[in-house]
Amino acid sequence: MSAAWSDALRAACLFAMDPAGFGGVNLRAHAGPVRDEWLRVLRGLLAEGRPFRRVPVHVTEARLLGGLDLAATLGQGRPVAEMGLLAEADGGVLLLTSAERTERATIAHVTAALDTGRVVLERDGIAARQAARVGIVALDEGLDADEQPAAALRDRLAFHLDLTAVGYRETREVPAGCTPGRIDAARRALPGITAAERYAEALCGAALALGVDSLRASLLALRAARALAALAGREAVTDEDAAGAARLVLAPRATRLPQTETGEEEQPEEREPDTPPEEGREEGIPDGPLPDQVLEAARAALPAALLDALLAAGGALRSGTVGKAGAVQTSRLRGRPTGARPGELRDGARLNVIETLRAAAPWQPLRREQAERGRAAAHRSARVEVRKADFRITRFRQRTETTSIFVVDASGSAAMHRLAEAKGAVELLLADCYVRRDRVALIAFRGPGAELLLPPTRSLVRAKRGLAQLPGGGGTPLAAAIDSSLTIAEAARRRGETPLVVFLTDGRANVGRDGVGGRTRAREDALQAARSLRVAGFSTLVIDTSPRARPDARELAEAMAARYLPLPQADAETLSRAVRQEGELAAGAGHAAA
Amino acid sequence: MAAPFPFSAIVGQDEMKLALMIAAVDPGIGGVLVFGDRGTGKSTTVRALAALLPKMRAVTGCRYGCDPDATDDLCDECRERSRHGELKSRTLPVPVVDLPLGATEDRVVGALDLELALTQGEKAFEPGLLARAHRGFLYIDEVNLLEDHLVDLLLDVAASGENVVEREGLSVRHPARFVLIGSGNPEEGELRPQLLDRFGLSVEVRTPEELATRIEVIRRRDEYERGPAAFVAKWKRRDGRLRTKIRKAREHIDDVVVSDAMLEQAARLCIALGTDGLRGELTLVRAARALAALEGGDEVTEKQLREVAGPALRHRLRRNPLDDSGSGVRVERALEEVLGT
Repeated sequence: MSAAWSDALRAACLFAMDPAGFGGVNLRAHAGPVRDEWLRVLRGLLAEGRPFRRVPVHVTEARLLGGLDLAATLGQGRPVAEMGLLAEADGGVLLLTSAERTERATIAHVTAALDTGRVVLERDGIAARQAARVGIVALDEGLDADEQPAAALRDRLAFHLDLTAVGYRETREVPAGCTPGRIDAARRALPGITAAERYAEALCGAALALGVDSLRASLLALRAARALAALAGREAVTDEDAAGAARLVLAPRATRLPQTETGEEEQPEEREPDTPPEEGREEGIPDGPLPDQVLEAARAALPAALLDALLAAGGALRSGTVGKAGAVQTSRLRGRPTGARPGELRDGARLNVIETLRAAAPWQPLRREQAERGRAAAHRSARVEVRKADFRITRFRQRTETTSIFVVDASGSAAMHRLAEAKGAVELLLADCYVRRDRVALIAFRGPGAELLLPPTRSLVRAKRGLAQLPGGGGTPLAAAIDSSLTIAEAARRRGETPLVVFLTDGRANVGRDGVGGRTRAREDALQAARSLRVAGFSTLVIDTSPRARPDARELAEAMAARYLPLPQADAETLSRAVRQEGELAAGAGHAAA
Repeated sequence: MAAPFPFSAIVGQDEMKLALMIAAVDPGIGGVLVFGDRGTGKSTTVRALAALLPKMRAVTGCRYGCDPDATDDLCDECRERSRHGELKSRTLPVPVVDLPLGATEDRVVGALDLELALTQGEKAFEPGLLARAHRGFLYIDEVNLLEDHLVDLLLDVAASGENVVEREGLSVRHPARFVLIGSGNPEEGELRPQLLDRFGLSVEVRTPEELATRIEVIRRRDEYERGPAAFVAKWKRRDGRLRTKIRKAREHIDDVVVSDAMLEQAARLCIALGTDGLRGELTLVRAARALAALEGGDEVTEKQLREVAGPALRHRLRRNPLDDSGSGVRVERALEEVLGT
């Protein structure tokens, strides 16, 4: 049985023991039999009668939190509250499907419930508090490190599992000890389990050494150690439990390789073979002082992919690896509600129930009197009389947001200067654009291809982090850069934003789409890519940064029907001003088209 | 629900605790913004504050919790009551109201009481969250994700101290004095600068990096979670001492003197930093005075100015793309320049 699968089962045991205490599981896996099998095991382990609810990606706030029960309200003539999914899952598990795409506002409600163990409802004229001690299983179908559930959620989930590499064949084995009966017994024993001080210390130390900043992780690891002891039928935490907890909770969060005691350079070639990820838990506990043991156990469980990434990055990942879901807020796609107005129910207008009832309310005694005149007293009803004139429609304000995508030529000698100015312009734009809440992205291209340095964002903090390390030099893969800008622009358009692509280049490509050098071929590829950008109909701006104007950049601009702007001394101020003007034009055009 | 984590048991995070204490002493400071890393106890600290605050006297039967002694700040109902004689009062804990992210405007400001309207055809006002937060704290976790128009509305009410409701044929106004506390993680989006500026104090919280501190945090948190009642009892005396300190500071704050020399230093500091408007200066002086009162001093000295300069000014600096240093560093630099080392 692979280490990944046996760890996953062990996590399921612990999670089933105390769902709310562990917060939950981030389950990275493709939809398929392996994931289904894990969920089946988990359901089997949960205490009898515990709810197990599924939350669809596009769950409405009303369904998640609860709100006004329309049918009951109209029938009974008084507001009746309806339970939401969070409250319904109290004491059990809530399954977030496609968690990497869940809206940030939804995540905020879930994390609030995780923190407080209850749902506070303040909407639709209802104020209520309901218990919601839930554990979350976040189904994460993201493909790469950029695509994962919001960091605020993952931070609160004890277990981060990755089942993408587990084959279905492996899942047929179920380790002994994971039976509902044993978990029940462990659950009852859990409050009495003690943990010596040194285990808290060792786990904190291991977290620090692995670059796990959030203190929640250490706390969750301590809880996991207790639960492991309970599962093994012990009354106190042992070294083995602490090591197991570090492996399950801390290792998947590692952002750097622990430094060795002697402070010598890490020797990854030697280290990797003697701690293969496949190594089992039992034999994986080395001798030595406790903190080292705990750390070593965690290190042995570092996922191979992470290990590679860590080694490639020289021991530390940038701390700013933020989930995509955290940055992308799609809640304004259809504009934000700006109140209600009287109106008719046609063209898909959305009835605002509360406002409609409010409009109808003052007339009730009068209408009832009218309706009941000449009717026997027995036929009188408490029903609310709503007339057409009461209908209130929610108004939405459609906003076109602009996403400015900077595509910066980072090749050759002028690269550093150009990148620095582009960086300045990005920050100026961001500082300026809060009011409009526009986004900015940055692609740099050099050597064999283009790299997205800054995914579309409106956070200056992220921008600064993303731009901290600017690579420069090498060939000019213009075609790849245009292709990549096209992808980003299309994604922005799908989100309902108006993309604006800004190129900073001299237009002299010398690397083709396939990454091979050669000026003629590269040029053809670039012009072809430029034409597809034109076909897509995005607003584009080409800023020619060559010291003396050459035809290359102008031709490129013509091919993509872009505005052409020679700015040999492009400085941040001028740049941001030009982009702002262009952005207003683009937004105007987008508006006219909408 | 279990008793909240004791305020005095929170390890480190001194700036955040100081800012909250200052807001507790002088609610007019204009709110506190807490921005920083995940898992640093932002929410815990705010909720702990609620348990720490001295109880307040409120008019019996008043829906807004009016202060019987503040005769010119009563709601209409209490004004009517006071005409018929002495106001009866009772003691209440200071409210700390959570504003959930999905809250709609009608729940925040208050609206027509649907039930009364539907069943009895009566037009009555149902107070919202702002009414509940009167004389206390309004806490918004993840304030950076709240709809802009709601943040605007909240800041307006917080500044004017009065909630005016004009909707559904209702015309109601009631006092709503509260300290707005917002927290969030800047990586998930920032607040617009216009909103930033309107918060009185802003603190940045970081994850502690020393092992000993981290162990202590985990140890206390773990102890609390395994036996909340015993843990709270253990810290009761320390919380009590802090409570007395806040109470005394409140009584004493009007006597704290701010000399012209200190006013000038505050002004010079703001000029050196190029903060817009006078709000920064005013907050700086007020915060320094509250701090002096907390420390039992009779006048504001450079020490207090130095200590509150960061929280009072940091978020009011213009962004300067050419200067990459953080706003905290820039405040430090200005302090050195104006006050010397």
